[in-house]
Amino acid sequence: MIAWTIYITFAGAVLLLLFPGVFARWITLLTTIAGLALGVVAFVSTPIADLAHFTTIVKVPWVPLLGMNYHLAIDGVSLTMVLVTGISAVSTALFSWDVDHRQREFFFWLLLVVGGCYGVFLSADLFLFFAFYELVIVPKYFLIAIFGSTNKEYGAMKLTLYSFFGGMLVFAGILVVYVTAGSLDLNQLAQFHFNPQLQSWAFPVLFLGFAVLAGIWPLHTWAPTGHVAAPTAGSMLLAGIVMKLGSYAGLRVAMNVFPEGFQIWSKWIAALAVIGIVYAAAVALRQRDLKFVIGYSSVSHMGFVLLGLATANALGVSGAVLQMFSHGVIAALLFAVAGRMLYRRTHTRELDALSGMNLSRALPFAAFTFVIASAASMGIPGFSGFAAEITILIGAWKTYPIAVWIIGVGMVLTAAFTLRALVKSFFSEVRVQAGRVSTDTDWNEQSITLAEKCGACLLMFATLAVGLYPKLLLDRIMPAVEAMRFLK
Amino acid sequence: MSYLELLKLAFPEVIVVISALVVLAIGLISRQGTAVAGVSSAKPPTRATGTAAGADWCSLGAALGVVIAIAAVLMLPRNASLFGGMLVITPLTSLFKIICLVLAFFTVCLARSEKSLRHPGEYLAIILFATVGLMLLVGSEELLMIFIGLELLGLSLYVMAAFDKTDVRSAEAGLKYFLFGSTSSAFTLFGISLIYGMSGSTGLAAISEKLAAAPAQPLVATGIIMTLIGFAFKIAAAPFHLWAPDAYQGAPIPSAAFIASGSKVASFVVLGKIVLVGFGPVHGSSAWHAMAAGWSPILAVLAALSILIGNLVALAQTNVRRLLAYSAVAHAGYTLLGLVAGGRDGFSATLFYATVYALTLVGAFGVVAVVRSETGGDDVKNFSGLAAQAPLLAACMAIFMFSLAGIPPLAGFFGKFYLFSAALRVGGNHGLLWLVGLALFGSFVSLYYYLIVLKAIFIDPPSGTAPVLDHVSSDLLQRITVTVLAAAILFFGIMPDILASRILAAMP
Repeated sequence: MIAWTIYITFAGAVLLLLFPGVFARWITLLTTIAGLALGVVAFVSTPIADLAHFTTIVKVPWVPLLGMNYHLAIDGVSLTMVLVTGISAVSTALFSWDVDHRQREFFFWLLLVVGGCYGVFLSADLFLFFAFYELVIVPKYFLIAIFGSTNKEYGAMKLTLYSFFGGMLVFAGILVVYVTAGSLDLNQLAQFHFNPQLQSWAFPVLFLGFAVLAGIWPLHTWAPTGHVAAPTAGSMLLAGIVMKLGSYAGLRVAMNVFPEGFQIWSKWIAALAVIGIVYAAAVALRQRDLKFVIGYSSVSHMGFVLLGLATANALGVSGAVLQMFSHGVIAALLFAVAGRMLYRRTHTRELDALSGMNLSRALPFAAFTFVIASAASMGIPGFSGFAAEITILIGAWKTYPIAVWIIGVGMVLTAAFTLRALVKSFFSEVRVQAGRVSTDTDWNEQSITLAEKCGACLLMFATLAVGLYPKLLLDRIMPAVEAMRFLK
Repeated sequence: MSYLELLKLAFPEVIVVISALVVLAIGLISRQGTAVAGVSSAKPPTRATGTAAGADWCSLGAALGVVIAIAAVLMLPRNASLFGGMLVITPLTSLFKIICLVLAFFTVCLARSEKSLRHPGEYLAIILFATVGLMLLVGSEELLMIFIGLELLGLSLYVMAAFDKTDVRSAEAGLKYFLFGSTSSAFTLFGISLIYGMSGSTGLAAISEKLAAAPAQPLVATGIIMTLIGFAFKIAAAPFHLWAPDAYQGAPIPSAAFIASGSKVASFVVLGKIVLVGFGPVHGSSAWHAMAAGWSPILAVLAALSILIGNLVALAQTNVRRLLAYSAVAHAGYTLLGLVAGGRDGFSATLFYATVYALTLVGAFGVVAVVRSETGGDDVKNFSGLAAQAPLLAACMAIFMFSLAGIPPLAGFFGKFYLFSAALRVGGNHGLLWLVGLALFGSFVSLYYYLIVLKAIFIDPPSGTAPVLDHVSSDLLQRITVTVLAAAILFFGIMPDILASRILAAMP
């Protein structure tokens, strides 16, 4: 039944093209809600024991010639990702309520991204998986280049080319896997023994390809640029779920198929992840544009995911999956405030300009949301960010104690840049000289709309629920991770 | 063997020839009615109202002839051979005769909408003659007959490229195509003569036997290389691609579409037969650590050069047709990968990819034709604002470009996977990984220039310098043609098995 998330989303995308533009947002909202509802139903109704293995839900021969199947499967990790996709998608639809030109195109591309993500998280056939993975690239380009802001064409092209570059590395890796093992079934591949010499060079190719999308350190530069250029919905989806495709794929495909290659390279991944965490946090501290701050914070948080994966123990990897969920929600919330609640009304994202506007009084709901999001992002206990990062750190302590020390510095930096952004944007008492900020002309004092409130509440609920009771997800993630091959 | 049997087995070709003659006659008759009007007016008659009906009849005749020929191909026996392989019928030849006829059909549809063409009767007749050339090429396993098919095709295409007499670019295209083409034909003929001298036969099977008996001779190597040059020219593989940009840009659009589609598919079929059947024993190896002399390393070098040159030069193009030409060079390189690999898998991957590519390019040229007739140009900037004026055409163009770039769920994506996996599978130990890696790098580069075209269509506002695309009045036939082709690309991407398994099953 969970497979219907994919079908409904694509059907919605086609359906909205057939109706006039004004219906597009309603169709999108209903489609995404249906997807989320399916995810929740699966979450509630599937017994936890069934989620320990990558269980097939659909398997139909597709191209028998090359052994391709239309093969979907689910386990605890997939289910978590499907759930966060649903949550992000619904809130994205709500935060795009006011898109007023080329609506059909906008929501069409939006739903393609969402559908592609569902597809990636549920695929159990390598070719199908890769098809969905590449399918996500194109809509991102159009979403950003048509509907974006700030240097949008450059940002869109950069992001697309980086993604496609990663995609080509993945393509090469997948071809090698397929030709060597003669199968595309992920469950079969997870049992196939590749010779170690092959693993030692094929693993980095495949993993690096995926990691480009996850924003691994030297190849992360597309992320801040792309996030800033993207429209709010684009940033929410990009940071919320698209970056997770990379880390999920690294876990599901690269690490599971090439466990020995992973053993060889895991310390290098950990090193890059640690550099990424600290470096991106330091860069975020110096940014003037609020969206750039959030963009770099995404890179920093994704560094935690990669570090969790690199720990190669059940705790660290489960923490990484939890962090994927948590960051998906938090990043969406942060971008929603910066891109939608503030920018739509103030027409600026410059921290210096915002600091003169006394926004905490003008937009109390936005301020409240941003405080919650910042707290979650900093890793205050009680929010999902804390639960995830502490799990990763405990996992990392077992494998790379030094990394944990360095990350300590990174976490201080994270707190510093988050608080700086928070204070400057909402709680600054500094009055900029009159005339420098033309608050009277630009400033368009609309109250926060109902759609925005609903979207924000959904995301805040998700981060709080998981933060207060992480076992909700961890109970499902842990067994699935423990069943994975690279831990044995 | 009676002539009746020959007539029976060559019935599809006969039908196409007859319909060509009929079209020619219709064109002649309908022109006579307006000749007087043409003389009296000072300007040359540009398809006066009297001939419009004639043009319709011509197109109808041509289309009908092609459709009947497809039916006739379906009626052919499964296997037959005449005159020692001069005319062969196998499942493979029948399948590709149908594919060539389908491509010819779409070309006729495009030609019907091309307003600038005078003498539509003659033009359509030449398309049909070229189609006969394609069918002979596909349906022969004998070098002389292949050469005749090649020449019939080539001569028709030269005329088609130069057909727009009022346009100096068209003349340039025709002349360049002719000069390069005739030179490379000379090489091919010389190569064939050397191979004949060595083996005493022009039949592919016989050549293969002789080569197996006495493989390593410098004479054979020369013969093989010379023969391959002719085909490298036809498929526009670097460094024999220099005619392509001018021909694609200057020729009337249906001609360019036909050169890029039908001619390429048939050339790949026959090239594959020649190297895999005729030159089979001197395959050689192009695996990185086990290079061995033979035709495979030659094709590998051609493929590598084509991928690099095609993709890198395409980056700098501002004209969509030149861009398509350089991307055609790159695609010829990808397609060669399957032949380099050899074997049934490799050959069928090559043919699948070539077929999908041909369908894509006909569609892309269809969109170019609309833009050209509206704005008078086909530079990238002429495409700006197309999405707002003609969303359907813009969506189709997006499908074509993304299929070329290899984005799922389009046929180009599956084609690349099929092709590259077939190439990687041979030679053991990933010997061809270097070439596959290069091809993947090429696809990565190619996305940039395809996106540039789509950026103009979907994002750029109509620029001040380019004529504004304020309303697109493409005729219905053109829109249907383009939409059908786009739907086919999408369909073969989602259900590739339908075409791919058929091609593989038809392999000898």
